Amino acid sequence: MSILLDKNTRVIVQGFTGKIGSFHAEDMKRYGTNVVGGVTPGKGGQTHLGMPVFNTVKGAVQETGADASIVFVPPPFAADSIMEAADAGIRLCVCITDGIPSQDMIRVKRYMRRYRFEDRMTLIGPNCAGMITPGEALMGIMPGSIYLPGRVGIVGRSGTLGYEAASQMKALGIGVSTSVGIGGDPVNGSSFKDMLELFEKDPNTDAVLMIGEIGGPQEAEAALWARDHMKKPLIAYIAGLSAPKGRRMGHAGAIISAFGESAQEKVEILKGAGVTIVATPSSFGETVAEVLSVMSKVA
Amino acid sequence: MDIHEYQAKELLARYQIDIPRGGLAYSPEQAAYRAREIGGDRWVVKAQIHSGARGKAGGIKLCSSDHEIVAAADSMLGRTLVTHQTGPQGKLVSRLYVEEAMDIAREIYLGFVLDRKSERIMIVASSSGGMEIEEIAEAEPDSIIRATVDPGVGMQDFQAREIAFGLGIDNALIGRATQTLIGCYRAFVDYDASMLEINPLVVTRQGDLVALDAKMSFDENALFRRPHISEMRDKSQEDPRETYASDRGLSYVGLDGNIGCIINGAGLAMATMDMIKIAGGEPANFLDIGGGASPERVAKSFRAVLTDRNVETILVNIFAGINRCDWVAEGVIKALREVGVPVPLVVRLSGTNMEEGRRILAESGENIIVAETLAEAAEKAVAAWRSFTAGKAA
Repeated sequence: MSILLDKNTRVIVQGFTGKIGSFHAEDMKRYGTNVVGGVTPGKGGQTHLGMPVFNTVKGAVQETGADASIVFVPPPFAADSIMEAADAGIRLCVCITDGIPSQDMIRVKRYMRRYRFEDRMTLIGPNCAGMITPGEALMGIMPGSIYLPGRVGIVGRSGTLGYEAASQMKALGIGVSTSVGIGGDPVNGSSFKDMLELFEKDPNTDAVLMIGEIGGPQEAEAALWARDHMKKPLIAYIAGLSAPKGRRMGHAGAIISAFGESAQEKVEILKGAGVTIVATPSSFGETVAEVLSVMSKVA
Repeated sequence: MDIHEYQAKELLARYQIDIPRGGLAYSPEQAAYRAREIGGDRWVVKAQIHSGARGKAGGIKLCSSDHEIVAAADSMLGRTLVTHQTGPQGKLVSRLYVEEAMDIAREIYLGFVLDRKSERIMIVASSSGGMEIEEIAEAEPDSIIRATVDPGVGMQDFQAREIAFGLGIDNALIGRATQTLIGCYRAFVDYDASMLEINPLVVTRQGDLVALDAKMSFDENALFRRPHISEMRDKSQEDPRETYASDRGLSYVGLDGNIGCIINGAGLAMATMDMIKIAGGEPANFLDIGGGASPERVAKSFRAVLTDRNVETILVNIFAGINRCDWVAEGVIKALREVGVPVPLVVRLSGTNMEEGRRILAESGENIIVAETLAEAAEKAVAAWRSFTAGKAA
């Protein structure tokens, strides 16, 4: 099993008929994802890539029974698409779009709070690579081939750095239960802590690798939560050791603007919470392997 | 994106926030003329650069005659002002703002930021204005008032009143203070700001509430719907390397080291820079070329990295996800032949079709150092840089 996504998840694509949406819809389907259709306003009733197109998310949910959506809509319209998914009763929404204004995301988060916590949609991203449950389903843009099915959960902000970690693990024969990219924006759908809670509950995840970076309070929040609530081992890396204060390093959220937001400070907080630190970005694989071998000896 | 003080004041004035009378000047004569236009007998000449702490660096001068204004303007225009926020290279002064001087009774700090924890706009205020917020947090932490705004309904009068009373503002000025706070909030929302700071907001001896300084930054992701804000961009205040890259759609941040970086993905870029540092080198830049590493983008990236004269080695690290390493390798070789790279080049390709990519690089006949792992790439780049600088010295 996995968290949030498996081979039974019924996925629709928002921004389905665009170039990027089409490319990834096919790629996801090829991987084994249960893609059941898509939404492009004004193109409802057409067939695209052998699947039905709908004008609205509500219509797609009614006709296909979709419970998840992936958003490839351009930045000016992406927030609207996420809210549409939430309103249509979608359970899991992954937003790939990079460049959504922060105030749009503030509005999205506020809008989602109109639903009770139990009924609230889980939003992953925006500005992320999506998620994958290796061997079952892909809801994202990552190359499926670099992930081996297995029992280590991965949660990270970055896409390619997550690929780096997964391929180092694969080289050592270590597989992944689910890998989630929560994205590089300052206001995002799910936090590191949200994902740690799910991995902690998942019977098929034994340990979790968290890949954080400079900026924002989410890594520190996750560290404290893990210290108090997590029984499974947590392994973490923080990117941006060489990043100067006050400079935005690509991701809209990767900027050191307050105390506790630098890589060094976050590493200290994580160490203080008993988290195993990946010392360099070329030792993801070996650090995870060490933690797993200690676990198997204890057991 | 940052703007100048005079531009921020212009925006805030539209929201009924009082600002001193002032005018822009590009020459000492114009500065003196502005002062005459404004009237009165005391003026402040302020260098317009994208930095705070201008006063200590000689960028703000109080004047009481034409002669003094011309002298002050002359001392600032065309000079590079170095503050502790600009870095050692400083920022060029090409515009001045001349304002009437205020009779200050007290100074207040007022800031609006996007708070990532509450995911709301947060107001930060303190009765200890004039200092930077970091200094206030250090010296007078109890004086800081914080409040967040529910984005569903916006800032309410009672919130503004609570802050105004909390700042110890006189009863007679509470109405003005409330309008000022709500005005700032509206400006922040209407223009997609990411930061707004009035420091100080002053109470004058005449009993007015005036924004003596103003600073605003904007969410670059929202500029598509704020063309009026985009027009306020002043490229002379930016690192020329970054202007070159951003004009070509690249995400680039200039740093002080010698190893230029070309990487796909922000996280991998930061991690690669960290790895260079661990290997004993210093990165010259952050550069994320984005998802598709097309030959055109690779070529643009080489040109951008080479605008930095300090670059003595280039490290390319691409993890091919959607695209393929063989295609990226061809792009690198094409770019290399088009651009001409006069420094050592280390390339690490990983992901889809990586063996094929490495073979293309090795068989190209170009002088490319190929690495397989991230650690190896960083070590080879640092070693290449060391022998390159040793060769230059000899």
